[in-house]
Amino acid sequence: MTQSRWLPYALLAPAMVFLGVLFFVPLVQTIVLSFQGDAGFGLGNYGKMVGDLNFGLSIRNTFLLVLTVIPLQVALALAMGLMLQKMTFGRDVVLWVWTIPLGVSDLAAGLVWLALLQNTGYVNSALFAMGLIPGPTAWLNSETPVTLFVAVVLAEVWRATAIVLVILVGGLQLIPKEFAEAAEIFGARPWTRFVKITLPLLKPSLQSALILRTVLAFEVFAVVYALGGRNFPVLVGEAYAWQRDNQNYGVAAAYAVLIMIISLAATVFWLRVLRVKPEVQG
Amino acid sequence: MAGIVIDRIAKSFGSVTALQEVSLEIADGEFVALLGPSGCGKTTLLRIMAGLESRSSGRVLIGGRDVSDLKPWERGLAMVFQNYAVFPHMTVYENVAFGLAMQKKPADVIDRQVKKAAALLHIEPYLERYPAKLSGGQRQRVAVARALAVEPAVLLMDEPLSNLDALLRLEMRAELKSVLREAGTTTVYVTHDQTEAMGLADRIAVMYGGKIVQIAPPTQVYARPATTFVGGFVGSPPMNFLPVDSQDGRVTLGGQSIPVPGSGARILGFRGEDVTLAAPADGLALTVRVVEPMGSHTLLTGRIGDAVVRIVAPSSTAVRAGDVVGLRLDPARVVFMDPASGLALDAAA
Repeated sequence: MTQSRWLPYALLAPAMVFLGVLFFVPLVQTIVLSFQGDAGFGLGNYGKMVGDLNFGLSIRNTFLLVLTVIPLQVALALAMGLMLQKMTFGRDVVLWVWTIPLGVSDLAAGLVWLALLQNTGYVNSALFAMGLIPGPTAWLNSETPVTLFVAVVLAEVWRATAIVLVILVGGLQLIPKEFAEAAEIFGARPWTRFVKITLPLLKPSLQSALILRTVLAFEVFAVVYALGGRNFPVLVGEAYAWQRDNQNYGVAAAYAVLIMIISLAATVFWLRVLRVKPEVQG
Repeated sequence: MAGIVIDRIAKSFGSVTALQEVSLEIADGEFVALLGPSGCGKTTLLRIMAGLESRSSGRVLIGGRDVSDLKPWERGLAMVFQNYAVFPHMTVYENVAFGLAMQKKPADVIDRQVKKAAALLHIEPYLERYPAKLSGGQRQRVAVARALAVEPAVLLMDEPLSNLDALLRLEMRAELKSVLREAGTTTVYVTHDQTEAMGLADRIAVMYGGKIVQIAPPTQVYARPATTFVGGFVGSPPMNFLPVDSQDGRVTLGGQSIPVPGSGARILGFRGEDVTLAAPADGLALTVRVVEPMGSHTLLTGRIGDAVVRIVAPSSTAVRAGDVVGLRLDPARVVFMDPASGLALDAAA
């Protein structure tokens, strides 16, 4: 009997130690670091962060990316998931192909798109060969913020839609097909069925997918860095620059804390907006 | 209200034939049960009627209108599913109102119809609740109320009671029958439970291997099965079958001479309750192996030759395992089948 009392804690201990040493301690250190500066303990680093030229830009760019990429990914993943539901033949192969980008690291994905989109890239060559552009055209520098933004969105959608898709496919499979059939019998057209039956029943999966994707989207870095360097400043990119180029760990930590707060806020936002009341769960 | 005509409906899934040219006519207001073991095609036929499954050939007519190529919602029918399919994210009221809301009926009409259906199924106290807060039986009532609220011409039910426990099933069966009688809705009811089919239906269509093997009122399906399969599937205990040899249109069993259509090898079928027990010398001798007192009757199981025979004896019977009893058959109630085809031979009575 005494064994059963301490056993669960003993089994949890390795995970707790792991989280404590590699997650909690660095977290506290980062928070402490963000308040430490030349002038002692205070808000100096935050002042420096906010006062920096790139700060407003990186906030704007990051939010712009999140607000563009997330809806695109959810819409695409929903459409792809529903298509998969309709398929009877070759479904697994298609799902498998669609999830390949999951296995590609984000830096590699960024480099793939760089190879496609840079001045001497495949797209440029192809368009030039077809006579559609007069010569190599730059899309990824600071003079072309719109095409650079579009390129980052494209790469992010290509790279990270699959994780949303996998979660939503799992959720769709949990919905008994009788719900849609009953709705169809009682007069609901396809769009109505989607809005009134599928979406509400998919809410728990949508919530997980959105929390995961939004938090990761606020941490977007490698793809942006590969495609545009600091031509398109984002929050994590700035943290990296302050840490590496400026060797200022305090301001980098302030950025990290800011990103953490934004991520937490996004999580709370989705938890509230897509809350499923316990009595409504089937 | 409308009758249904199933005109040579066939369905195959790849190389598997689920239905082979099934035809069936159901009168306006009639209650027909599609009865059969799993895989016999009964659910496929129902889903083709509903428009949820495509057909390979044939036509479905509802109220004289060919609905074969119409969408489910254009067919003027409602359906109750095996797992109820009551929407978990809507209140009972919203569930029952769903069909009417989809038809864009005015709010006061919806309210009136919902209240009426709710009253019929006794679910008024739960209208504002969510289905998760209801028991299985209550959810099934909601599913039936949702179907009846749209006042459908045709109601399709797919094993609606099979997820309920035995007592609740008995209760719901009686209630369904009275509710549907009152509504006068043409009903097609799929079940593998012969008691349900017997108790509910005006006519039973027994299906086997993608075909309707018999369509008749319950008492006739029970007493005059069209094939050995029907006799063995309908009734508990199933019909007893004995191989006999007919000579000059008669067969002699335990001193009893019974008329048989034609001569040659025959299968004689009789129900366990259609015999009277007699002294071993005065009838067909049966060595009783097992005696099961069921309360209302006592079930005797034994063998005659190679055939297992089950007899429904009065509960007052003193027969014990190991006893030999004589069976006297009621010649008017025996049936004869062809041993090769299993088909019933006419004029047996």
